[in-house]
Amino acid sequence: MTALQKIGHYLVIFLKYLSLVFFSFVAVLPVVSCAITAFKSEEEYQNTNVMTLPQSWLNPDNFLQAFERANMGKAFINSTIILITVLVVSVLVGTSLAYVLNRFKFPGNGLIRNLFLFATLLPGVAMQVAVYGIMNSLNFINSLPGYIIMMCGTDVIAIYIYIQFFENISVSLDESAIIDGASYFTIYYKILLPLLKPAIVTACILKGVGTYNEYYCANLYLQNKKILPTVATSLYTFVGPLGSKYNLICAGVIISLLPALIVFILFQKQIYSGMTAGSVKG
Amino acid sequence: MAAQANTAGTQKGFLQWAKSRKGQQVIIILAFMIIPLALLFTFTYLPFGEMVGYSFYQMKYVGKKTFVGWKNYASVFSRKDCFGALKLSLYYMGGSIVQLALALYLATILSFKVKGGNIFKGFMFFPYLINGIAIGFIFKFFYTRGFVFDTVLQWCGFQLDNLPYWLRDQRINNISLVGTSVWRYFGQNMVLFIGAIMSVDSELYEAAMLDGANRFAQFRYIILPSIKTIVTLNVILSITGSLSAFEPPYVITSGANGTGTYFVVMNEIAHTQQKVGLASAMAVVLLLIIFAATILQKLFFKYVFRNAEDEDFGASARRDKKLAKYAARKAGR
Repeated sequence: MTALQKIGHYLVIFLKYLSLVFFSFVAVLPVVSCAITAFKSEEEYQNTNVMTLPQSWLNPDNFLQAFERANMGKAFINSTIILITVLVVSVLVGTSLAYVLNRFKFPGNGLIRNLFLFATLLPGVAMQVAVYGIMNSLNFINSLPGYIIMMCGTDVIAIYIYIQFFENISVSLDESAIIDGASYFTIYYKILLPLLKPAIVTACILKGVGTYNEYYCANLYLQNKKILPTVATSLYTFVGPLGSKYNLICAGVIISLLPALIVFILFQKQIYSGMTAGSVKG
Repeated sequence: MAAQANTAGTQKGFLQWAKSRKGQQVIIILAFMIIPLALLFTFTYLPFGEMVGYSFYQMKYVGKKTFVGWKNYASVFSRKDCFGALKLSLYYMGGSIVQLALALYLATILSFKVKGGNIFKGFMFFPYLINGIAIGFIFKFFYTRGFVFDTVLQWCGFQLDNLPYWLRDQRINNISLVGTSVWRYFGQNMVLFIGAIMSVDSELYEAAMLDGANRFAQFRYIILPSIKTIVTLNVILSITGSLSAFEPPYVITSGANGTGTYFVVMNEIAHTQQKVGLASAMAVVLLLIIFAATILQKLFFKYVFRNAEDEDFGASARRDKKLAKYAARKAGR
C-alpha cells in the first residue's frame, strides 16, 4: 500500500464511524433530553437550560407524580389485559386461518387471500370515519371488550408470516398423521401449532408492539379516560393545563416507553427478523 | 311416516358425510375461517361500504340524514382546507426519499464488519418502537423555543435570535414535522435493508474482493442490484404513505399554522365538527387517488422488472441460437 492509499483507507474508516456516531446521536438525542428533564426538580427545571444534566439521577419525584396524575397504574392494568387477549386471540385466529389457506385447496382460497391483501391498502384513519358508526351501533364505545375485538381484526402481516412458515413444513407430516387416524383439528393443534413457535414469537412481538403503542383508536373508542386509560392514551392527561410542565410530561413519556425498551433489549433478534419477514410479502 | 324416514335418512347421510375425510375438510375450513372473515367483514368491508354510502348524505353519527347527492364531493374539491391540503404531502414525499437514502447508506455501512455495529443499529432502530403520543410530546419539547434543538444549534455556533420558531414559522414548520417522521422510521428502513443485503450470497463479496473491487463498486454492482426489488417497493409504499400522512401533525401541532395534512383535516371534520358525510367523501376521494397511484406504480414496477427479465431472456435466447447453429453444423458435417 502506498502512503496515499493508507490515508484514503483510514479516511473511509473515519467517515464510516463518524456517520454512525452522528446518526445514533440524532436518534437518541430527543429521548435522552427527555430523560434528563424527567429527573429535574421543579426549581431546577425552571432555572437551568434543558440540556444541563440534573443534580441527581435518582430523583423519582416526577415519575411518581406523573404516574399518579395520569392514572398510569390503571393504564398498565388495562394495557396488559388488552395485550394478552389480543395476542392470544390473534395467534389462534391467524394460525388457524393460515393453516386452512395453506393446506387445503378450495374454491375461494385465492379470493380470500386477496380480500385480506386488499384490506391493507385502506388507510386506517380514513376507515375509522365509518368504523366509528359501526362501533356505535354495536355499543362498543367505551367498552374494553369492544375495543379488544376491534383490535383482533385483520392482521395481514402475521397471516403471511404464518403462511410462509407453513410452506416450509412438509405436508408428509400431515399425511402420516392422517394415516394414524388424527383429525384435521388434532393435526393443527397438536402437531403444527407447536412447530410454528418461532413464527408465533415473531408475529406476537410485532402485533404486541403495535397494540401497546396504539393510541388513535383507543382515544376514539375508549373515551372515558378515568376508567379506561391505556398506557398510550394516559399521556393525553398532559394535554391542556399541564401542557408546559415538561418535567412531569417527560417523566410520563419515559414511563410509557420503558416496557418497549425492555422488550427491545430482550428480543432484538426476533424484532429485526420480524421486520424483515413482514416486509417481504406485505 | 315416509317423510320421517326420509329425514332420518338424510341425517344418517349427513353424519356419514361429516365423518368422511371430505366432510371433515369442509367442516374445518368453515370453522377456521368464520371468525377471521367475520372480523374482516365487520371492521373493513362493511365500514368501507357504509362510508361510500355516507358520502352522499349530510349527516352526523346520530340523528337524521339528508340525501345531498354529489354535493359533498363538490365541497371536497372547492373547499380550500380540503383538497389543498394534499399539497403538503409533497413535503412528506421529499422526506421519505431522504429517509430511504439515509437508510440505504447506513445499512450498507452496517452490513460490513463494524465495531459496535449492533449497538448503533439498536440506537437508530429504537425510535420506531415509541408510541405516537409520546413522540408528539418528545418533539413538542424538542422544538420549543430555547429548548433541546435550539441549544444544540447554539453549541454549533448559531445565534438564538437567528433561529426560527420551528413549529410556528410557516416557512419551516412542515419540514420540522417531516423531520420527526424521518427520525422515527429511518432505523426501521435500515433494518429492512440490512436484512435484504445479508441475504446476498457472501461468496459474491469474496469474489469481488479478490478481483480488487472497491467498496463503491461492491455497492454499485453487487448490493444495489440484489436489493433493487425491496428498495423500489419501499419507494412505492412511501409515495402512498405520503398521501395519507397523518401522525406527525396530528400529535405535534394538531394541524395548526398550516400543518394540517389531508387526513388531519378529515379527522377534524369527522370527529370534531361531526360532518360525517363530507369526511366520508374526503376519505373516498383519497382512497381513489391511492388506488390509482398503486395501479400506476404496479404497472411501472412490472415494466422496470420485465425489462430486466427481458435482458436475461435475450441472453438465453442468443445462447440457444448459438447451440442450435452448432448442432446444425455438426449434423451437416
